[in-house]
Amino acid sequence: MLKLKTGLMVGALMVALSGTAFAGKKDDTIRFAYEQVPENVDPYFNNVRIGVILGQLVWDTLIFRDPVTNEYKGQLAKSWKWVDDKTLDLDLREGVKFHNGQDFDADDVVYTLNFVGKAENKVTTQTNVNWIESAEKLGKYQVRIKLKRAFPAAIEYLAGPVVIHSGKYYAEAGPLGMNAKPVGSGPYKVVEHTIGKSIKLTANPDYPASLNKRVPKIKNLEIRFIPDRQTQTAEVMSENLDFIMGVAVDQALGMKAVPHLQVVEGETMRIVFLNFNLTEQSPTPAIKDIRVRKAIAHAIPREAMVKQLVGEKARIINAICFPTQFGCDDKLAPRYAYDLTKARELMKEAGYGPDKKLELEIVAYRERDQTEAMIGALRSIHINAKLQFLQYAAMREHLRLNKAAIAHQTWGSFSVNDVSAGTPVYFKFLSDDMARDPEVRDLLEKGDSSVDPAARKEAYAKALGMIQERVLGVPLYSLTTHYVANGALQFNTYPDEIPRFWEMSWK
Amino acid sequence: MLGYALKRLGTALAVAIFVSILSFMLLRMSGDVAIALAGEGARAEDIELIRKLNGLDRPLMVQYFDWLGHAALGDFGTSLYFKSPVMPLIADKIGNTIILSVASLAFALLIGVPLGVLAAVYQGGWVDRLALGIAVTGQALPNFFLALVLVMLFSVQLRWLPVSGSGTWLHFVLPTITLGYYITPPFMRIVRAGMVDALEMDYVRTARAKGLSKASVVLKHALANALVPVVALAGVQLGLLLGGSVVIETIFALDGLGYLAYQSITHKDFPVTQAILLMLSIAYVGLTLLADLVNAWIDPRIRLA
Repeated sequence: MLKLKTGLMVGALMVALSGTAFAGKKDDTIRFAYEQVPENVDPYFNNVRIGVILGQLVWDTLIFRDPVTNEYKGQLAKSWKWVDDKTLDLDLREGVKFHNGQDFDADDVVYTLNFVGKAENKVTTQTNVNWIESAEKLGKYQVRIKLKRAFPAAIEYLAGPVVIHSGKYYAEAGPLGMNAKPVGSGPYKVVEHTIGKSIKLTANPDYPASLNKRVPKIKNLEIRFIPDRQTQTAEVMSENLDFIMGVAVDQALGMKAVPHLQVVEGETMRIVFLNFNLTEQSPTPAIKDIRVRKAIAHAIPREAMVKQLVGEKARIINAICFPTQFGCDDKLAPRYAYDLTKARELMKEAGYGPDKKLELEIVAYRERDQTEAMIGALRSIHINAKLQFLQYAAMREHLRLNKAAIAHQTWGSFSVNDVSAGTPVYFKFLSDDMARDPEVRDLLEKGDSSVDPAARKEAYAKALGMIQERVLGVPLYSLTTHYVANGALQFNTYPDEIPRFWEMSWK
Repeated sequence: MLGYALKRLGTALAVAIFVSILSFMLLRMSGDVAIALAGEGARAEDIELIRKLNGLDRPLMVQYFDWLGHAALGDFGTSLYFKSPVMPLIADKIGNTIILSVASLAFALLIGVPLGVLAAVYQGGWVDRLALGIAVTGQALPNFFLALVLVMLFSVQLRWLPVSGSGTWLHFVLPTITLGYYITPPFMRIVRAGMVDALEMDYVRTARAKGLSKASVVLKHALANALVPVVALAGVQLGLLLGGSVVIETIFALDGLGYLAYQSITHKDFPVTQAILLMLSIAYVGLTLLADLVNAWIDPRIRLA
């Protein structure tokens, strides 16, 4: 008894001395952990998801896309108007203040866009900004954005990755200063950034009610960078964290039994598909035979994989794009239902069977269990696929050196809800295009550059249909992510994987 | 002694240079840095621009000598990922790693030396077998597994200790036990072997014959001699701990050099990875050299061999 008491006292003393505050609503703080450290919290200078999340928490965009209806609404800009294919005029909102007290106006938009639009300023993801020619001030609250080319998806980018900095502060501090002491106009403001370790934020009480986000209901938010998933799990189980995301399915299911936690599955915009190397340098010329590719499409048990390996919220896709994206219309895309008999017949026609198996290499970089399931399925149609499981950069190099016939690809489109941020990456003769089909390229180009929404939709639908007709890739399903959170936290999930902390509240 | 020291110093320098070349080349051959830096979705022209801007298009040997020349002056360049100078980044983290390494070494000595003494005194008995069991378990158990078991017990179940971080001394307790337990067995074994030999020596027999107490014979006469090789071993183990904390610091998100090494490897941040590798190699080589010199100073037979 004495020993037990001593143990309890020691434990209580240790907790008291550690300064570790248990998470929860008592100190009105959400403690959130993420595994990747952004190289710079300035949203233009990182390419990790936490950077996108911070971009939405700390900064604001000119336009806002409603995550439920996908309708575009005014944010820092009250309204906008296309003057011609390459000129966009915006009227800005008055009464917005940056976290350092500076007023927002046209100078901030002009400085930010002119800075990030210049290639020499080395914005990490150039595709987010390389369509910007320049920005000019038309009035204190009026700006004109000139585009390098006709780019109708500009509105989507202005509602996503293109955030607006305080021009004066950004000119003084630059991206490094912005990383050390971030200043935005968003619903949360940064109070402390310990590089590589944590970011502490607090609600911005001056956030205007006229904007589409809101003053956060939960006052404090603390983001910690914890690289190890098991450690994150232990932290959330021991009530030192309130929110983690991207939890593996098996772990998430296991944590459902923990009384103080809630496990929520959410769909993401990340799609999964197979990509074939159909170039002259393809390591497996047999893959250029459309019968082999059709057989592969028929052999993948997508429904069963979604049910057993992916998650309930995942959906089967029939074109290589995420269904909510503008232009993602699969009406012209043929379906390849799971049919092993048909797949074997196609393989037989192509000259393969139990006595002559097709040997090839498949490369993957995440969701290894899913790749292995596909390899198993391919074995049943006489394809022996050897798995190369690599880091993303190494996989990309591997593919560019034509070392693999099939890539198990995933793509999140940087949460941009427009086909131009996805399909063209793999089918418009860019560096990751292994199909190199000129007709598909031309259709995608038409969709990317036309300003007429109906013409864009038609071009994309034709391109997506052609990709499936020619089986240049096999669309599989969207991925889901699991969130594990304090049971007292009220929150919604969105396919763009951006937790809206400003919407969250305690139950 | 001077000749021996110079000879060992020369060997140590050669090893350090060889390690630096090896680490530089191996890292470069492990993948295209420009692709890694460009990230997912980057275009070919972005990758080429990054390659050029970072001097990655130059011949490898040119890149190596350029790096070594600057490193000799303490300039390890700028982190490709964090975009800040490497030295302040390392200086900011090295303190936690030193604390963890020294604490782990102290833990290992506190456990290993008494266990070794007890095992020798009660040679062949249950205490000896228990000590052997602890030693075997310590070496056989992967330290990441032990870390998770300790976290589950002390953090999740008992809630006595924090899971991760480096804000207070309590954050160092579990990583110290994990790392310290892993290096306890060599100390236990070397003390046991030394004590078994010492207890059979004539001077110990004489001490016993003089009627000294058992504790005095064991701790004052036998242990003093058995501890000599422990000093040298501690130096080597400290070097091992400095370089071997990558996994443990990552699991416990302990903001030290090992965690920084993990981050830099993950992001193919070559300047940081190479600087850490070079510094840890030099630390290890330096501590091994020190251990050799201490051994040679204590035991002249070594320098004459």
